[in-house]
Amino acid sequence: MTLHFKKETFRDDYTFSNSPEAIRRFPFPFEKDEYMYSVNIEQHMPGPQKSAFEFPIDIDEHYVAEMEDRAKVLAQDPGRCQSLPHMITAEWDLLELLMESMSKHYPEHFQLTRDGDDWRWVNKPLGVDQRFVFGDVSTLPYPPMEYITRQCQGDFALLDQRLDNLWMDAGVITAQADWSLDFDIGMNFMEWHAPVPLAKDMGIFERALKFLMNLQQGRPVRRLNWTMTINPRLDTSPENYDKWGVERTTVTPENVGNKVHLRVELQAMWRLPRSNAIVFSIRAYMIKMEELVTVPKWGRRFHRVLRDVKPELAEYKGLTRYRQMTVDWLSKHDDGAPTSPGFAPD
Amino acid sequence: MITTSTFDSRPAYGGLSLDERAKSHLVVAEGDGASAVLDAFEDAPPSLARTTLLYAGPDGMAVRLAILGAAEFRRTSGRLDLMNRLDEVFATSKMGARLYVAGTESFIGEVIAKAATYGVVPQSVIAEQRGSLARRVQCVHCKHVDEEVTATPYACGGCGQSLFVRDHFSRRHAAFQGVRVDAEVPGEIPAAEELVQ
Ligand code: HEM
Repeated sequence: MTLHFKKETFRDDYTFSNSPEAIRRFPFPFEKDEYMYSVNIEQHMPGPQKSAFEFPIDIDEHYVAEMEDRAKVLAQDPGRCQSLPHMITAEWDLLELLMESMSKHYPEHFQLTRDGDDWRWVNKPLGVDQRFVFGDVSTLPYPPMEYITRQCQGDFALLDQRLDNLWMDAGVITAQADWSLDFDIGMNFMEWHAPVPLAKDMGIFERALKFLMNLQQGRPVRRLNWTMTINPRLDTSPENYDKWGVERTTVTPENVGNKVHLRVELQAMWRLPRSNAIVFSIRAYMIKMEELVTVPKWGRRFHRVLRDVKPELAEYKGLTRYRQMTVDWLSKHDDGAPTSPGFAPD
Repeated sequence: MITTSTFDSRPAYGGLSLDERAKSHLVVAEGDGASAVLDAFEDAPPSLARTTLLYAGPDGMAVRLAILGAAEFRRTSGRLDLMNRLDEVFATSKMGARLYVAGTESFIGEVIAKAATYGVVPQSVIAEQRGSLARRVQCVHCKHVDEEVTATPYACGGCGQSLFVRDHFSRRHAAFQGVRVDAEVPGEIPAAEELVQ
């Protein structure tokens, strides 16, 4: 599949938008007209052609622009990429997983040639042709995790498994929904989830952790999570919240359709072969309200979900200031007709 | 032993109690932490013969600790001095020493963070909170760490912004997280409230 990569920005003039094809393949996360936390984990199986689930690692029209944005974030704040020393084997595992997947599914754009430990990686969209020795850090311009994630869409965390828990001991996090890798690194599954409301009392994290501890190699899983963002900004980090927070107050009834975005995270988890670590990928998709309502079912359904979402969730996700205005705007796109079950457009 | 209440990132410090199996004991205390040390070690002369005790705090308490009978007792002039002394002790200490800390949460956090840089596993430290409820807070924006924060919001000692103290705790930084309170509406700063728990 040959992709056409858009030239666009996720900051300043915010020129990001979705093509009609990108709208159609948007991973809309609501299968019903209401939303509450659940242990929504499923096998990461290949999905329908052209969908965001077709391949394990999804590359789309925003690839090149997202990689440019990541480079900017890392230049300003190197702490967005951190790895504790014992994670180096997991870093190589991650590099292998991503190079194998990208080259297998997008051969026009990425090629990997392996001759024992002598590897050659070609990334045409970013103009990279790199020979290196697998396992030898000195043969790459960056450590392996940073090297490959500067060339792969999505944030990544590497979890070490020990003492009956998962520990976030490495990651590249430049497009996060308001949490800090620098603060969370070294925490375990329960600790880093501590700020999430309600879910803990529902036993969600206990069950999810138990499930992940038994994750098998070759059987990745996935889940969807969502939040909302004002303007198509990828870097909604707490580090920079003192700069972007003010944008939440810029929403007016006139600009809702253009400014307010639904932001969906496709989160996939793999067990890694050499390190026994787990990769947690967080692939973010954004869609502005105007684009969302071009799919009538999504407009109706998101109106109902957002209207009825629990106040604790709205507060945690930071929606409070513009929620009502967005619900009012969406209500004009909800004729009250029933919606069909499932995520897909009608 | 420090445990984390199952769903909270904030550690609950269980209280000082002697680890009989330890080859030696390294005890550090500040201020009211002295009383926790007295409670735990007063009746343990054999263990005291293998104990190094560092303290920063008022005269009265220092005298009581001095006559406790630790193999080595050192009173320092304040927290900074104590931390420097701790560096020296860690640089020369042997395997099998158990670390005990007593004092404010902020003090415990700072000691555990320092110990971690010498390879001491945070969960292995025995700690007891005594004294004020002040917190150690890291500014998520400029990464400056303020000690002894007693109210939220407070002004960051690094970037000067007004920070809300979140109930989220990192063992690695041994600190809570501070986030700008008026990021969305600059200048809209709520009245400060004392941190009471
Ligand atoms: C092992 C990989 C995982 C990592 C690294 C991870 C990481 C995170 C982080 C950093 C947050 C933000 C917390 C904050 O506010 O500071 C979060 C939120 C959350 N996580 Fe996870 N998580 C993982 C797996 C899971 C799984 C398997 C579930 C399954 C139910 C889950 C459920 C949630 C929920 C419900 C939230 C709140 C999200 C929201 O309302 O926007 N997480 N996660």
